[in-house]
Amino acid sequence: MAISLDQTIEQKQRSWFAGIMSGQTFWVLIAVILACIFLSMATDSFATAKNIYNITRNVTFVAIIALGMTLVIITGGIDLSVGSVLCLCSMVLAVVMNAGYSIEIGIAASIGTALLVGAFNGTLIAYLGFPPFVVTLGMLSVARSLAMVASNNTVVFQFGPDHDKLLALGGGAWLFGIANPVLYMVVLALLTGFVLRWTKFGRYVFAIGGNEHAATLTGVPVARIKVIVYMISALSAGVAGIIQTGWLGAVTTNIGAGMELQVIAAAVIGGANLAGGVGTAFGALIGAALIEIIRNSLGLLGINAFWQGSFIGGAIVLAVLFDRIRNLRHGE
Amino acid sequence: MAVLELTNISKHFGAIQAVNDVSFSLEAGQVVGLMGDNGAGKSTLVKMIAGNFRPSHGTMKLDGADLVLHRPKEARQHGIEIVHQDLALCNNLTAAANVFLGRELRRGVWPLRILDYRSMYKRAGEIFRELKSETRARDLVKQMSGGQRQAVAIARTMLSEAKIVLMDEPTAAISVRQVAEVLNLIRQLRDRGIVVVLISHRMPDVFSVADRVIVMRRGRKVADKQIAASSPEEVTGLITGAIEQV
Repeated sequence: MAISLDQTIEQKQRSWFAGIMSGQTFWVLIAVILACIFLSMATDSFATAKNIYNITRNVTFVAIIALGMTLVIITGGIDLSVGSVLCLCSMVLAVVMNAGYSIEIGIAASIGTALLVGAFNGTLIAYLGFPPFVVTLGMLSVARSLAMVASNNTVVFQFGPDHDKLLALGGGAWLFGIANPVLYMVVLALLTGFVLRWTKFGRYVFAIGGNEHAATLTGVPVARIKVIVYMISALSAGVAGIIQTGWLGAVTTNIGAGMELQVIAAAVIGGANLAGGVGTAFGALIGAALIEIIRNSLGLLGINAFWQGSFIGGAIVLAVLFDRIRNLRHGE
Repeated sequence: MAVLELTNISKHFGAIQAVNDVSFSLEAGQVVGLMGDNGAGKSTLVKMIAGNFRPSHGTMKLDGADLVLHRPKEARQHGIEIVHQDLALCNNLTAAANVFLGRELRRGVWPLRILDYRSMYKRAGEIFRELKSETRARDLVKQMSGGQRQAVAIARTMLSEAKIVLMDEPTAAISVRQVAEVLNLIRQLRDRGIVVVLISHRMPDVFSVADRVIVMRRGRKVADKQIAASSPEEVTGLITGAIEQV
């Protein structure tokens, strides 16, 4: 039977479901679900309300920053400074509130610091053509140093008149007993997902990662978008810092150390491609969840904690391996 | 009347003189072949008309009014469209997303203006049908053949009522059958009264579709004549420098 040109054109290339099935995120999600089922059966302590509460809350800090990192990675960049920016923003919040200012001023100062750091990174990368790796590696060092300068390398645990408000913000559970950080994470993930799928900005983020030269030629404001993306990345670190400060109730100058690697791992496990052009908000959450479940389960199963790094590293390679095998089959 | 008029246009990058004192005018419904060897300044000249570069010297006039372009978007607003040599496609996006790249359709009211996927798929599908191309609007460009990719790049120029379409080597990397398709498309554009500037290395393409040929060598215009009054041999001589100037 002859198939007309119009029929060929009209036929959708792949169904919605097939699209989901073929993604790396889907397989990682399956892995997360299987791990949860296995752990529920193998241990008594996994499927308890307290443990679930702990896992979901622990996931959030990495997951929130992974959302920002995913945007950066989609554009083909990288942001190594997020762990230090988290520390700096926490410290700015702590120092400002410790000096007797209200929580609003503290948060404004903290967010302002994050945006400034992001704008600095982004400007150097987008307008002066610095490699993202170098700029953010420098900022990794600078931001933590500034946090030490701001606090004189002390631990801050007194947050002035609004002390209790801050602790409630990060440590409370205002809705159905779900930890507050989890609520923030869900809201931010929905927002990120919406922006990526439904806005011009999101479309441009993908276009820059796919072919930056083409984006420039077609009139996409590449430099401006890149600056905004690094600002969002720093902002996500700042927001995570504020929430974490409220949860921990104290800030030291070593919080967030090495966190950038966990965040990048979460984004990559969740399907973001370091070559640019691919990534989802949902994937960032799933990636962060897998890492946290690995960590949690090793403890529950009584496996020596020293193995943790091996398992997380294995998960990174395995997740990307699925993607490679699929591409090889397609004869890339 | 001339649609586009270039007067004494020059462009240098540091010490390199890419385009040197070039003047010509383009009239509606004309296909002009722009020929020259690699590095002759064709692409630089086209990028100035498309708003990617600003001329170092000289003036451009569109429909008699001065034309100063700061970015590609402004060129498009003036009805100047370009098909880039590398097609400027994003492999990770769909055909429709590529067609509308930089001028996405949106719906809703500010601040909730969201991408209008349905209209973009529909319009892109219509254009592909018009081009008689087997390109599906929802397919990723990554999975497409050379001819389909070409169709996506050409479809961009048909989004709005263009006055001038600049084509940078549109037939360089596609099959013989697809070359015929592209040449037919060029004739379609011409019949609508659009000026088509065809930058090409391929002598047969230029001589089958162009009305006029402009030859560049080392940044200078060395010939500008009717196709009927020229020959492939003459143009070859002009490109290589065997014939100095006509």
